[in-house]
Amino acid sequence: MGKVKKSPWLLHYDGSSCNGCDIEVLATLTPVYDAERFGVVNTGDPLQADILMITGGINQQNAPVVKQLYDQMPRPKVVVAVGTCACSGGVFRECYNMLGGADSTVPIDIYVPGCAARPESIMDGIMKAVELFQKRSDEHDQYEKEHKGEAGPVDPNINTARDKVKMQEMKGAADA
Amino acid sequence: MGKRSVIPFGPQHPVLPEPIHLDLVVEDEKIVEAIPNIGFIHRGLEGLAPDRDFQKYLYVVERTCGICSFGHGLGYVESIEGIMNVEVPERARYLRVVWAEMARMTSHLMWLGFTADAFGFESLFYEAWRIREKVLDLMEMTTGGRLIYSVLKVGGVLKDITPDMQKKILDDLNEIEKETREMTKTFLDDYSVQTRLKGVGVLTKQQAHDVGACGPMARASGIACDMRMRGYEAYSDLGFEPVVAQDGDSYARCEVRINEIFASIELVRRAFEHMPKEGDLSATVKGNPNGEYFARIEQPRGEAIFYSEGHGKPNLDRFRLRTPTFANLQALCETLKGAEYADVPILILTIDPCISCTER
Repeated sequence: MGKVKKSPWLLHYDGSSCNGCDIEVLATLTPVYDAERFGVVNTGDPLQADILMITGGINQQNAPVVKQLYDQMPRPKVVVAVGTCACSGGVFRECYNMLGGADSTVPIDIYVPGCAARPESIMDGIMKAVELFQKRSDEHDQYEKEHKGEAGPVDPNINTARDKVKMQEMKGAADA
Repeated sequence: MGKRSVIPFGPQHPVLPEPIHLDLVVEDEKIVEAIPNIGFIHRGLEGLAPDRDFQKYLYVVERTCGICSFGHGLGYVESIEGIMNVEVPERARYLRVVWAEMARMTSHLMWLGFTADAFGFESLFYEAWRIREKVLDLMEMTTGGRLIYSVLKVGGVLKDITPDMQKKILDDLNEIEKETREMTKTFLDDYSVQTRLKGVGVLTKQQAHDVGACGPMARASGIACDMRMRGYEAYSDLGFEPVVAQDGDSYARCEVRINEIFASIELVRRAFEHMPKEGDLSATVKGNPNGEYFARIEQPRGEAIFYSEGHGKPNLDRFRLRTPTFANLQALCETLKGAEYADVPILILTIDPCISCTER
């Protein structure tokens, strides 16, 4: 982990996990593993969160909730999928109600595997997320500097360079 | 009479570890009615039963819930063993009791932590989870997993507890008991904790009976119902007594769960005393399940019912699971009526909600 200037806040949402990863995320934040020494802190408010951790896959009913939480978070933001279910759907992949992993609804940056994901690997995911958040935050500042004095903030539809490419692709598909 | 309004609570809320949505009808600060809305974690795993081999389906059932995973596996194998008339070796039955009780300890310690967090006592939350990690270490040593154990199989267990492990478990349990006793003083005697728990969310014995509450929720209201009294696995040889409290408020529920931790420690010790020194770990299972069976077992949160039906094929035709939180949700709606809005997080937590069990 390089030099980090900011302390990102974590928001945890339980998609449709079995609770295993869910509890391990909390265990990672308690003193035995203590992820807070990397500067992150757990919050319950999406409006103040920088890193979204999703455990479990996505089903019909919670897809809008996850989407809304993602939209409510300010840019720049990082999304971490914790556990096999969030990565791919896991053992529940073939259940009638499941849409799949968390990436079926929101763009995922970091995948943490494991059933249930161990605190050590979740911690590794958090460290990667902190680093990525710092990088995006620098990009964001750079963009604002370059476009100083222009009306309005950064294009609200663009989060990262990857999203930008994705949007262009979508636009191209719509035109064709 | 004040103006009525509806406050939505959840599915994402700082105090909720899992998503559940409640529509709270409030009049001033008092709650008049609570309407639960569940289904945010519904996966439909019962529907997978016809697509999976009955031996492999065990690993899906274990993933119903990460906290009561051992309990779910146990109920499922019991139901299959019931259909196929499998005689489980004695040592395996004792090993199952040991793991089931240690899983109960982790669950109750976790609940104590969440409750402390709900009334804003962060250091107590951390203390409970620190002790919980010690039990998890013992589970990891014996089974290889922290939350999902996968040590069960139809007809027995897959792993053994060696004498060295047994010694380590007994040593560590002494330490865990000592530390839990120290923590208990804060939970039961501290003035500020008492003001948040005493007299909050009273569920009378009659109400608990009417709504069909189960587990610690019912036992805190004075109903001595515990499936372990049925004597499944090796419980009949261990002289099991249910832990009961009379008041029916949040404090009583806290008391019941704390005393159950000590009861579980005692049961693990007794199980090691009575356990045959050596023996088979599993019986051979031949053929496919043909018939139906209801298994009832006591999970950390209460009575869970497992129904399996097979017709001589490798796959089950039907699997059904009724979980304790589903029964206790009715009790939650009952206790919420007339409660203060500020007490809602504590009341939701005192039923020890396990939403992923409930919604499967």
